[in-house]
Amino acid sequence: MAKARLVGDRTNKVMVQAMERRSTDVRGRVFQISLLVTLLVSLFILAVLIVDVVMDGWGILTGRPGGFLGGTMRSLSDDPKLGVHQALVGTFWIAVFVAVLAFPIGIGAAIWLEEYAPKNRFTRFIELNIRNLAGVPSIVYGLLGLFLFVNHLEGVTGGKSIASAGITLAILVLPIVVITAQEAIRAVPQGLKEGAYGVGATKWTMIRSQVLPYAAPGILTGTLLSMSRGIGEAAPLLLVGAVSGRLGRDSGFFDFGDINADAFMAMPVIIVEWVQNSGRDPGFAEAAAAAIVVLLVFVILMNATAIFLRNHFENKRG
Amino acid sequence: MSDTRVDPAGGFSIESLKANPRQARRERLIRDSLGATALVSVFISALIIWSLFSEAWTFIFEVDWGSVWDIGWFPRRGIYDIKTLIVASLIVTGIAMIVAGPLGLGAAIYLSEYARPGVRRTLKPVLEILAGIPSVVLGFFALKWIAPNLVETLFGGPAAGSLLAAGIGVGVLVVPLVASISEDAMKAVPMALREASSGLGARKVMTTMRVVLPAAVSGLMAAFIVAISRALGETMIVFMAGGAAQTAVYTHSALDGSLTMTAGMTSLARGTDNVVGEGLTFQSLFFVGLVLFALTFALNLIADRFVHRVREQY
Repeated sequence: MAKARLVGDRTNKVMVQAMERRSTDVRGRVFQISLLVTLLVSLFILAVLIVDVVMDGWGILTGRPGGFLGGTMRSLSDDPKLGVHQALVGTFWIAVFVAVLAFPIGIGAAIWLEEYAPKNRFTRFIELNIRNLAGVPSIVYGLLGLFLFVNHLEGVTGGKSIASAGITLAILVLPIVVITAQEAIRAVPQGLKEGAYGVGATKWTMIRSQVLPYAAPGILTGTLLSMSRGIGEAAPLLLVGAVSGRLGRDSGFFDFGDINADAFMAMPVIIVEWVQNSGRDPGFAEAAAAAIVVLLVFVILMNATAIFLRNHFENKRG
Repeated sequence: MSDTRVDPAGGFSIESLKANPRQARRERLIRDSLGATALVSVFISALIIWSLFSEAWTFIFEVDWGSVWDIGWFPRRGIYDIKTLIVASLIVTGIAMIVAGPLGLGAAIYLSEYARPGVRRTLKPVLEILAGIPSVVLGFFALKWIAPNLVETLFGGPAAGSLLAAGIGVGVLVVPLVASISEDAMKAVPMALREASSGLGARKVMTTMRVVLPAAVSGLMAAFIVAISRALGETMIVFMAGGAAQTAVYTHSALDGSLTMTAGMTSLARGTDNVVGEGLTFQSLFFVGLVLFALTFALNLIADRFVHRVREQY
């Protein structure tokens, strides 16, 4: 037959050859591997950081964990009563202020923006304003706290008190709460809302019975992330005036009277304090590392819970 | 007359559709109080601007401008050389971006284009954990590990902290930020573009470099600008590992210690007790804060523009 002379046959042969020829995409492999390397470098840094901190703080954390958690600030690093109790109390109160002020206001603002706000210039202005607030450096919030709560409202907040610090940090994390809650509320399916209206619900009943329960995991994720941001933030506290040197008072966790006492400490600040002391007394570097481990336990636990929650519900709802 | 009373619809009229007044009042009250919480953010912005301006104003009008362009930052001696702080901030930000640009972008391309779903599910959370590490912790790490192990051994710099050590530390801090915004931008590129490119015979590298990256370019720009803004405003790492305390002589070498805008403010505020009443020292704090606020505000606005361009296109 004359089939072999058909044009299509030649094309076919060339194509088969082209497809069967083994070729390794060297450039592609190199590219992919270098990308993986960049990612692994970041993860390696995280690993080195954690190993370094844990090793430095190991002696104190295993030697006298109870004494370290219950102890107070001391002027010498080998003082057996050296510890982070005052800082833990301060950070606990900051967390309370963030939860009481930033969470309700932030979630309320998110509900209004997603469910009530008219689509006009003013709403767009508020949204732009919130995005900008999220990008304002934390130290600028510290200046606000120093100017407003420490100097101008001293009568209410007691000046350089844990109340001033707590309100400042609540303001700092507010935009994060709003933005994450907005995203969670935006993801609620329109059908759920219409279903609620269909059976005669008012707007608020609809929000309470459909929107909020559906958005709850997303909102919780956002609040956890902002809480971990709040308890790890040091710069505004230095400006609002966490004490340097020694803090005489050692309040319990529930000493409400000390909220506006003119002195406070917090976990991130005690770390800075001890790192600076390590210049004259190297033992403080170990204490700082141990305090970092304590802080990281809280922060990583919150972040991991938040990430897990988000991934879990994302997969489930697909 | 009598048949109006025996309404066939059982007395149902437009009036019956109205909610009962108590409920309507409650709905309005809820709407208004939620609206008030949204206004809090505007109020906060106004407070920030008011607090910065009211103190910075005094500084701007009363300072001897010769002392704002001098040999260094010695606020307690009345020498407020702002260029020392700005140059140090730019050096730290530049180094941070040299570190975070390639690392963050590479990680983002890998996660968005190459990683299999299982790999992505495990690697991404780890990157997010890195994003949540407080900056004091990275400050400690920059001072006690990066400075002696990287800066001293590789570059011959001081082991006790320098702008280089601080810059690398800030770089590590912003890697997750660059990675997550860039990845979002690349994920937003429609699959059809990749498939078309692949259908024309392009390999993965070419599809990624010539199709996905150009299509995501505004998002990538936004990622870099947000990261720059974050690096400019980062405080604790520079304060702890920047290698200068309280004062700094002007320098443009990354291996020297110096104070950035943020570190200068923090070390000054460390002793605010003494600052009050000493001439313009207290006000200089707010002047530097205003400069920093203006810079980051402008950068954030530009980044916002870029992000919106991505959304409008696809």
